[in-house]
Amino acid sequence: MIQLDNVTKRYPGGQEALSGLSLSVNKGEMVFITGHSGAGKSTLLRLIALIDRPTGGQVIVDKQNTRRVKRRKIPAYRRQIGMVFQDHKLLSDRPVFDNVALPLIIAGVSRRDAARRVRAALDQVSLLHKENQNPLTLSAGEQQRVGIARAIVTRPKLLIADEPTGNLDPDLSLEVMRIFRRFNEVGVTLLIASHDIALIDRLGCRRIALEGGKLQDEIDPWQ
Amino acid sequence: MAVTRNADAVAPVRSSSAFSIWLTRHASMSLGALGRLCRQPVASLMIILVIGVTLALPAAINVVVKNAQSVSGSWDNALDFSVYLRLDLTVSEAEGLARLIGQRADIASVDLVTSDEALAEFKQQSGFGAALDQLSENPLPHALVVRPSPGNTGESLILLQEEIGNLPETDLVQVDTEWVQRFHAILDIVRQALAIGAALLGLAIVVIIGNTIRLDIENRREEIEVTKLIGASNAFVRRPFLWTGFWYGLLGGSFALLLVQYGLYLLRDPVTRLAGLYQGNITVATLGLTESFAIIGTAVFLGLFASWTTAARHMRRIEPR
Repeated sequence: MIQLDNVTKRYPGGQEALSGLSLSVNKGEMVFITGHSGAGKSTLLRLIALIDRPTGGQVIVDKQNTRRVKRRKIPAYRRQIGMVFQDHKLLSDRPVFDNVALPLIIAGVSRRDAARRVRAALDQVSLLHKENQNPLTLSAGEQQRVGIARAIVTRPKLLIADEPTGNLDPDLSLEVMRIFRRFNEVGVTLLIASHDIALIDRLGCRRIALEGGKLQDEIDPWQ
Repeated sequence: MAVTRNADAVAPVRSSSAFSIWLTRHASMSLGALGRLCRQPVASLMIILVIGVTLALPAAINVVVKNAQSVSGSWDNALDFSVYLRLDLTVSEAEGLARLIGQRADIASVDLVTSDEALAEFKQQSGFGAALDQLSENPLPHALVVRPSPGNTGESLILLQEEIGNLPETDLVQVDTEWVQRFHAILDIVRQALAIGAALLGLAIVVIIGNTIRLDIENRREEIEVTKLIGASNAFVRRPFLWTGFWYGLLGGSFALLLVQYGLYLLRDPVTRLAGLYQGNITVATLGLTESFAIIGTAVFLGLFASWTTAARHMRRIEPR
């Protein structure tokens, strides 16, 4: 599903966020990326989401070489990927329902279909009863779940998450991870950046550790 | 709460036609843009006011020019010229000449004003009645008021006047319509100036709306970034701002129309009074349906143009970080 070949990302100013990184994530896998801040976790996800482009090497996502995705085609490319952010990036000028519906509106889904799918997505994160509330009135854990509902409402094959539990206490973190686990069980590929190693170990998933933009360690509990 | 959906079904389900989805989407976006304007009533009203006044100015001047033209248009027919005959001509000789000239194809009609008639009229209008009675004989000549036929051009008129001036019976040909031509020339200048002024004011409107949209975009920067992050195209994020420009144009144009119509309403009585003084049947030309639509249409076009160029410029710049 995701394949990185010798990927280097150098930011203007000279510092190298990723240097010669190669890794692959198979279809249907749930993989964590760990490492200290500055290890290159976020940069890796940014390259996959085409927020940035690699300086060298190739990033292939779902058989598409991101290098060949033209600027004009980036929106369509991003619509295939669900994204969850540490600060959840919800819009506070509209209720929960509209936030979750936004990807469907962008994709041009009819109002009736959109409503049905928004409710299904909110149901999956147990927030159906809060659809009319403003995101600002929700707790941190609830806000993050709304962010997840928005990421999965278009039923993407791939979901990437950057520190999704960064602002949550251990109980809420576990709940969020369980939600991710359930998506994985129905075939969604997940790539999650996190530094919460204790939590990751409980889930028993493959873990890729980055250090200084390079692959430091790879732990696969199944091998 | 179990995940039952097949995660492979990525393609959006499209049960209604793409067109009807597009239509409802635009309808909701346009209402959304209108709603945003209504949430900042003072700021929006100020801009609509500025657009209205800016557009009303050239529109009003245009109406004034049009009225002046219609008034001077009635003067166009007044190309009559007077032919003063030699003093020694008798009434019957003058009548004969009038008949003769009247037969020409390039002359519509000839009126004879005999010296007696002229004197009587002069006495009545000048107020020198008593003084004129002292005169032993009538000092005024017979005169012909010649009205050329409408087919005449400016050049043929001059030729005609020369020809009649050269007749042995003629003493003097007097043309008193030169000022009409001068008036036309002035109107032409006013119209040119109006076109230049209107273009400058249009530019001002584009700048005003563009600047407002730019501030709007800056205020909603985060929203634009997030929307782009989850896959919105430039066209998608631009759309609400186009609608904002559309509404500014429509409301501003309507306000301009209202201003002009109200101004004309205020002018109607004084003009009617003036017309009464000239015994003319001057009516104030108002804005027709076409012109009303033209004003609103121009405003909408300027609004869309301003928002389009501004949004296009800024949308490309705002990318998720």
